[in-house]
Order: sequence, then structure tokens, then C-alpha cells
Amino acid sequence: MDGLIAPLLNGSAQGALLLLAALGLSLTFGQMGVINMAHGEFLMIGAFSAYLVQQVITASGLSIPVALPVAFVVAGLFGLLLEVTIIRWMYRRPLDTLLVTVGVGLILQQAALQIFPSQGVPVEKPRWLDGQLTILGYSWPMRQLFTILLATVCVAALSAWLKYTSFGRRIRATVHNRDLAETTGISTRGIDRLTFFVGSGLAGVAGVAASLIGGTNSQMGAQYIIPAFLVVAAGGIGQLKGTVIAAWAVGVALAFFAYWTTGSLAQVLAFILVIVFLQLRPQGLFTVRTRSLA
Amino acid sequence: MTKKPWISLGGIGVFAVLLLAVAPLVLTDHWLNNLGKYCCWAIAAVGIGLAWGRGGMLVMGQGVFFALGAYAMAMHLTLETAGDRVPGFMVLYDPLAPLPMFWEPFRSAGFTLAAIVGLPVVVAGALGYALFKRRVKGAYFAILTQALAVALAVLISSTIRETGGDTGLSDFKYFFGFVLNDPANRLMVYLIAAALLIVCLLAVWQFYRSRFGELLVATRDAEERVRFLGYDPANVKLVAFVVSALMASIGGAMFVPIVGIITPAEIGAAASILMIAGVALGGRASLFGPALGAIAVGWGQSSLGSTWPDGWPYILGLLFIVVILFLPNGLSSLPARFAAARRKPDVPPTPVIAAAELEEVRS
Repeated sequence: MDGLIAPLLNGSAQGALLLLAALGLSLTFGQMGVINMAHGEFLMIGAFSAYLVQQVITASGLSIPVALPVAFVVAGLFGLLLEVTIIRWMYRRPLDTLLVTVGVGLILQQAALQIFPSQGVPVEKPRWLDGQLTILGYSWPMRQLFTILLATVCVAALSAWLKYTSFGRRIRATVHNRDLAETTGISTRGIDRLTFFVGSGLAGVAGVAASLIGGTNSQMGAQYIIPAFLVVAAGGIGQLKGTVIAAWAVGVALAFFAYWTTGSLAQVLAFILVIVFLQLRPQGLFTVRTRSLA
Repeated sequence: MTKKPWISLGGIGVFAVLLLAVAPLVLTDHWLNNLGKYCCWAIAAVGIGLAWGRGGMLVMGQGVFFALGAYAMAMHLTLETAGDRVPGFMVLYDPLAPLPMFWEPFRSAGFTLAAIVGLPVVVAGALGYALFKRRVKGAYFAILTQALAVALAVLISSTIRETGGDTGLSDFKYFFGFVLNDPANRLMVYLIAAALLIVCLLAVWQFYRSRFGELLVATRDAEERVRFLGYDPANVKLVAFVVSALMASIGGAMFVPIVGIITPAEIGAAASILMIAGVALGGRASLFGPALGAIAVGWGQSSLGSTWPDGWPYILGLLFIVVILFLPNGLSSLPARFAAARRKPDVPPTPVIAAAELEEVRS
């Protein structure tokens, strides 16, 4: 039993981090069909924002709560800029957005490498994240608990926002039928921008969480982007609950594989697991029923 | 584009003369070796052009197949260099280490050559069959292939004792009995790579003008219609995918004796994306575009990448953005667009793209 609790809790935290990284993707990819490979770099921008906030507010207990909204806005603005300058021209060519954003990601990575020290920057952990919580004989670091809490709050906020606010209703209307939404007076262009802003902003929030767990450097985005995409794909397009379950499952699977074998082999096994899963359910866990042929 | 296939064939002839006869005469040994390296990338790029440009499958993980060919060749060359002993890097960690089981058959030259051809065909065949039959396509396919490239690179990095890990395999002395240090033998290796590139171009030229080529383009543009016409699009895509994997493997296999080292960095996500960059630049659906684009990007990588390492990623990133945004069919579509613009000077550029794409569909 002891051997199972540790990877289970560890994995849940990893899953929460994956979920945070995948949440914004699930919005931009799932709702808009844009494949944003620069999403990982937006995550990196969020992490660096946390570092910059700490340069201004030195009390680390206060800086992280401040950094979360700042990272959201900064990464969101980068996303907005990307949408306004490039993505808007490419809605008819979804596969090409993938390559364009690969280019954007390369540029952002190199810019970060030149602006910040190449070995990365330290993001100080607040003292209230130092403790541990003992569950069934396993002392669980507060940092992991914080990640899970943050992910829960983000999912709840996002789904409530999509469901109950007029913005959310307009987003859903645009996704379901763009032309009809436009005839009812919804500015679909504005909705596109807003969706992209929120999706990218969520990457920024994920970046703050990632900076508390791993290193903050120019390469950090690249290591999250593929797992995050696999999570979105395995969860199913356009539905948050699929993303949540898939992220948790991948996180726990990663932790168990790492527990039984080694860290790098676990990554390989988790990738293969997702690929096999997509064999069984090519549309992901949950699918929105459509009449399209694919 | 293939309206006049014999012109393209003539183009391949000119290209062959340039690569096989002119280049060895004009270029120094150093640049000839570099050109050989670009040819290896170009071979893989020709395959990407087939799968992506003509088949609509964005293969973002050609590094996997590049690796299969490269490591098969590298293992053989390592064993040939080591002779009867166990390769040096293995003994480093454990002096009495036995040779891993899967290395043993690579002692045989015949097996190695068969593996370079057979491994990618089997792997791509199984993977493609599974994915295409389940109608996995578009972004999903691209992400999955990229994930495989990442996974393989991680796997190789982590198995230091079996594959050399991050330092890779290097220090090859012999190439099927020929001493690699000898300039004459290096010229021979270059000529083999260049000749293989020409062979791949010829194969793709024949593919494009065959009924299969038309079916492939039809599958790219309207998969459902192809299905309703009674073909199985999965089989069409499978063939294109397997052929492109085979080309990547051949490119990888020739990469090893020319460059002299293979590491996970040459096959991972970044390397796989670099292979795509050349294809996008040259023109994904054209015959020469992928090969010329790959040579250009390879040249940029090794010249600008070393003289101006801080600037090269910006150039590469801008290349992706500008080319995909403004020239989805790459530089090779420029002449057609100029011609179209001259015919109808008042027409805004967007319809021209549509016209060019339509023409491509028809060709």
C-alpha cells in the first residue's frame, strides 16, 4: 500500500501541472481549432513573469499570489498579439497554424535565452509552500498540493465562465455555428481574440506553477507542449472534463512508470500509452457528436 | 506542375550533373562533405514532400525513421571499427560488459543494409496502418509523430550503455571495408549520397505522374470523396507514409559515414522540425522544392548556425512564419504566381493562391 500512495499522490500533482498546461490548449485547439505550438513558450513567459514580479516584490509570500494574475495578463497579451498579427489569417488552414507557431516558439525561446541568463533564473518558493501534509503515512509537499488547488480553481473558473457568463455563451455559440452566431450580432472576430487571450493567459498561470516545481529557463516550454497536446487529444476535443481526466491519468501513469522503471523510460511509456489509447478511441475520451464524416 | 513531365526529368538530369560531376570538381573536401550532409537531409525532405506536400500528412517525426537508418548504420560501423572486441564506450562503464543482444546481427553488412530498408518499412507500416485505418489525421497525426520522435530521442539518451546516450555513436574508421579517412573514399561516400538523392527524386517523379500520385493528391484534397469513389484512403496514405519513412531512413544511414557521428539531438523534435523547414521553404508539393529547400536550410544551419548562433533561431523562426503565411507552396510557387500576376495585373493576390492551389489539384 505504501508503494502505491506515493506515486498516486505525486502523479496527481504532475497531472495537475499537465492539466494547467493543457487547459489553455483545450480552449484554443478544442474551441477554435488553432494548433498553437507556441503555447509552451507562453507557459515560459508566465514563469519568467513570476521571476520579474519577484524582482519588484521581494517578499516571496506575497509575490506568488501577485504573479499569478500578472502572468495571466502578460502571457494573454502575447497570445492576443499572436492572434491579431498571424493567427487571424490562418483560420482556414488549421494545419499550417501548427508550423507558423513553431516558428513563433523558436523566436520566443531564443529571445528568452538572450534576455535572461542561459542557465535559467531562480523563482523563490514562498515559505507557506515549504511544509508537508502527511496523508496515509506519506508526507506530501505543499507545493504539489498548491498545484492541484490551482488547477482545480482554474478548471472551475473556466467552466463557470464558459457556462454562465455572456462571454462564455458567445464563445460556445461561435464554436457551434460561426455564421449563425454572427447573424445574431456576435462579433466573432472579437470572440476569437478573447478566446485566444484567455487560452494563452492560462498558459501563463501554468508557467507560474511550473516555475515553483521545476527550473525556469528558455527550454521549459518545449518539454510541456507535446505532453499537453497528447492530453488534449486523449481527452477529446471541446470538452473540459475529458481534458481533466486525461491529464490526471497521464500524470498518475507517468508517476507509476517512473516508480517502477526510470524517469525517461516513464516518459516513453506514457507517450506510447496515449498513442495506443488513441487507437482505441481516436476522438478521445469524450466526443461532441457531430454529423461530420471523420 | 507535372503537365510537362519531361521538363522535370531534364531538371533532375541537370541536378544530377551538378551534384555528381560539377560539385566534386569545384568544391573543397570540407564543403563537399557538407554538401553530402545536406544531401542526406534532402533525401529525407523528398520523402516529407511526398507525405506532406502530396499526401497532406504533416509528418513531424521523420527523425524516428532517420534514426532507424542512422543507428543501424552507426552500429554496423562501430562494430566494424571495434573488430572482435566490444565497442569502447560500452567497456567504459563495465570492462567485462557483453555486447547487447540486438547489436549482434549488425556485424553482418547484409543484415545492416536490410535493416536500413526493412526497419522503417515495418515500423512505418505498422504505425501508419494503425493510425490511418482509425482515421487519425491532421493535427493529431502531426502531434503523434512528433511525440514519437521525442520519445525515441529520450529513450536513446537514457540508454547510455546500449546506444551511447547523448554522446551518440562516433569515431568510425571503416565503411564496409573502406578506410573513412581516405579522401578518395570520402568522395565515394559523398557520391553514394548524392546518387541516392537523385534516385529518390526519380522515384518521386515517377510517383507523381502515376495514377497513384493522382490518387494521393485526391486523398489530400478530398478524402471523403476518394472513399466514396471506392478507394480506401488509408491504403493510399500508408504507401506514401512508408515510402517517406524509407527515404528518411536512407538519408539517416548515409548521414552517419559522412558526418561521422549520430546523437539523439540529430533525431529529436528540433531536428525533425528542421527537416520540415526546408520542405516548407522549397515548396512542399513540388518535385525539387523539398530537396533544394533542405539543402538551403542545411547550408544555413551549418554556416549561419556556427558564425551567428544567436541569430540563426530567429531566421529559422521567421522563415516558418513568412513562408507559411505568405507562400504556403514555398519558393517554387513564385514563378507561377508571377506569371499569374502578369496575366491579370488587377487581381489581388489571394485569388492567385487559390488558383495556384487549384492548378496543383488538377496536375
